[in-house]
Amino acid sequence: MFGGLIDRIQYIGAETLRSFQRLGRASVFLLEVIASCADLVLKPTLLIKQLYSVGVQTLIIIVVAGLFVGMVMALQSYYALVDFGAEDSVGVMVALSLLRELGPVVTALLFAGRAGSALTAEIGLMKATEQLSGMEMMAVNPMRRIVAPRFMAGVISMPLLATIFSAVGVLGAYVVVVQLLGLDSGAFWSQPQNKVDLYLDIYNGLIKSVAFGFVASWIAVFEGYDCIPTSEGLGQATTRTVVHSSLAILFMDFILTALMFSK
Amino acid sequence: MTSRKIEILVGLFVAAAIAAFFMLAMSVSNMSSYGAGDSYEIKARFDNIGGLKVRSPVAAGGVTIGRVTEIQYNSDTYEAVVSMTIEEQYNKFPVDTAASILTSGLLGEQFVGFEPGAEEDFLKNGDVIDLTQSALVLEQIIGQFLYSQSDDEKTE
Amino acid sequence: MSDILVKIRDLHFSRGDRKIFDGLSLDIPRKGITAIMGPSGTGKTTLLKLIGGQLTPDQGTIEVDGLNVHQLSTRKLFELRQRMGMLFQSGALLTDLSVFENVAYPLREHTKLSDAMIRHLVLLKLNAVGLRGAADLMPSELSGGMSRRVALARAIALDPMMIMYDEPFTGQDPISKGVLVSLISELNSALNICSIVVSHDVPDTLSISDHVHFISAGKIVESGSPETLENSKSAWTLQFIHGDADGPVPFHYPANPILDDLYMDGK
Repeated sequence: MFGGLIDRIQYIGAETLRSFQRLGRASVFLLEVIASCADLVLKPTLLIKQLYSVGVQTLIIIVVAGLFVGMVMALQSYYALVDFGAEDSVGVMVALSLLRELGPVVTALLFAGRAGSALTAEIGLMKATEQLSGMEMMAVNPMRRIVAPRFMAGVISMPLLATIFSAVGVLGAYVVVVQLLGLDSGAFWSQPQNKVDLYLDIYNGLIKSVAFGFVASWIAVFEGYDCIPTSEGLGQATTRTVVHSSLAILFMDFILTALMFSK
Repeated sequence: MTSRKIEILVGLFVAAAIAAFFMLAMSVSNMSSYGAGDSYEIKARFDNIGGLKVRSPVAAGGVTIGRVTEIQYNSDTYEAVVSMTIEEQYNKFPVDTAASILTSGLLGEQFVGFEPGAEEDFLKNGDVIDLTQSALVLEQIIGQFLYSQSDDEKTE
Repeated sequence: MSDILVKIRDLHFSRGDRKIFDGLSLDIPRKGITAIMGPSGTGKTTLLKLIGGQLTPDQGTIEVDGLNVHQLSTRKLFELRQRMGMLFQSGALLTDLSVFENVAYPLREHTKLSDAMIRHLVLLKLNAVGLRGAADLMPSELSGGMSRRVALARAIALDPMMIMYDEPFTGQDPISKGVLVSLISELNSALNICSIVVSHDVPDTLSISDHVHFISAGKIVESGSPETLENSKSAWTLQFIHGDADGPVPFHYPANPILDDLYMDGK
C-alpha cells in the first residue's frame, strides 16, 4: 500500500514534467511559426487558400449558430424583462452579451471544433504520409509552407467570424423581438446605441477574438505537427486540440474579461 | 476548385465581416455620438458626482451634446473635477451656464445637464464651470424627507 | 573531386534505449547504384534520414560531397538538399496538388524559371517516368507504383547529384516492381549520378546494384559487388540472400527451453 502511494506520486511527478516539456516545445514551436510568418507577405496565395479552408468553410456554422443564439437570447430576455416592463432593453441586452462574451467565445469554441480539429488532422496526416519529411528533403521548410499560412489564417479569420456571429445574432434578435413579438423597432435599436460603446465593447470583443484565434490556431497546428504519426496518435491529437483549445478559450475569457471590464 | 473561385469567396468573406463590423458600429453602438467633427473641452467642479462615470452623456435640453472624458478628485478643494468633451457645433454656451448631475428616470443612469445662462461671452476650450449642482443621492433625499417629516410632527 | 560522395565515419545513433547504429562506417561512391540491405528494423530508413540531415547522430560524422551534414547552417543544409533527391516509401506527394504541380513544386520553390520553361521541364521529367499522360490527375487517383514514379520525377526535377530510394519495391505487384527496377537503373545511367537504394528485396536490388552493403545490428556485416556476395562465405549473408527460415538469425525469439516453459506449472 505504501509502495502504491510512492508509485502514484512518481506518476504525478513524471506527468507534470512531461506537461512542462510539452509546453516548452509548444513555445519554441510558436516562435518558429511566428518567425516563418514574415514569408507570407511574399506568397499571399498560400494564405488566401488557407483563409478559404479555415475561414470561409467555417462561415456556415458560424452564421447558423449566431442566428439561433441571438434568437434564443432575445426570447429569454424578453420573457424575463417583460414582467418589469423593460422589454425595450432586449436589444441592448442581446447586443452587449453578444459583443462582449458570446460572440468571441462561442465563435472560438465552434472554430476549435470545426477548423482547429481539421487543421490538426490535416497537418498530422501530412506528417503520417511523410509529406512534411518530403518537403524538408526538397529543401522546403514546412514551417513556412504548411504551418505558418494555416496559423495566420486562423488568427485572421477568428475576429472576422466573431464579428459576423455578433452581427447575425443581433439580426436574429431583431427578427424575434420586432417581427414576431411586436416590439417597436426604434426602441430596439435606440437603447444599444446609447449603451453599447464602440471602444469598450466592440473593440474589446475584437481583441478577445484575436487572442482566442491566436491560441486556438497555435494549439491546432502544434498538435498536428507534434502528433504521433499513426491513426491512433492522430485521433488523440485531434481530440486534444478540441479539448485544450476549449479550456484555454474559456480560461482566457475569464482573464481578459477581468482585465477589460473590471472598471 | 480554381484559385480564382477561392479568391472570390475569401474576398466575399472579408467583405461580409467588414459589413458586419459597420452594422455593429453604426447601428448598435454609440459610435455616431462620438462624431467625426471637432470638439472642445470643459471642466466642472462638483461636491458630489453620485454615480457619474467616464463616457456618461452630457445633455442640454435633453439632447446629447458631449461626453464625460475624465473624473478626478481634487484633494485641495475637496471637490470632484469632471472633464467633458463638447461637440464643436454646440459652442454657444454662455460662461454662466450651470451644470448639474441628473438622473434619467427614477433609477436610470446619471448624466451632466447644462442649463444655459445669460452672459454675452461663450464658454471656450479649457473653461471651468463654477455654477454646479451635485448629484441627488437617493439615501440623502430619503433621510431628509424622514427628518422633515419628524420635524413637522413635532411642530404640530 | 574525390570519388566518394557520402562518407560515414563511426556513426552512433539510438532511439530511446534502442541502439540503431553502433560505430557504422561506410563510403558511397559518386557514380553508380549502391544498395544498403538488411532485415527490417535495422534502421535503413534512419540511415537515409541521417544522410539527409533530418536526424542528428549521437556520435560520428556524415559527409556529403565534402560537407559535414550536421555542422551546416540551416541555409547551407537546404542548399545541399537541393542537390539530393529522396524517394519516400509512400511517395510523399503533396495531396492537395496535381501530379504536374507536384513535379513543378521544387522548380517553383527554388528556381525563377518562367511558367513555359517549368511546363517544359515537368513534362520531360514525367515523360522519363512514363507518366506524361497522368499530369492532370490528383495523387489520390494514382496507384502506389504510379505515386512512386511521380515522386521519382519530382526527385529528379532539380537534376540532383544523388537520389536516395527508401524501400522502392515494397508492396508492389510484379509489373510495377519491374518498372521501378528498370527505371532506377536507367535513370542512374542516363543521369550518371549516385543512387542509394535501401531495400530488403534481395533479387531485384542485387540485379541493378554496383555495390552492396549488408547491415545488421548497427554495423556493416559484409560489403562488395553483387557477384562476390552471392558467393559469400558468411552464413548470415547466405541466409539473408536465400531467405532461409533458420540460421545465424534464429527462427525463435530468445526464450527458455520449451520444455521448461511447458512444464512450468507441473514443477
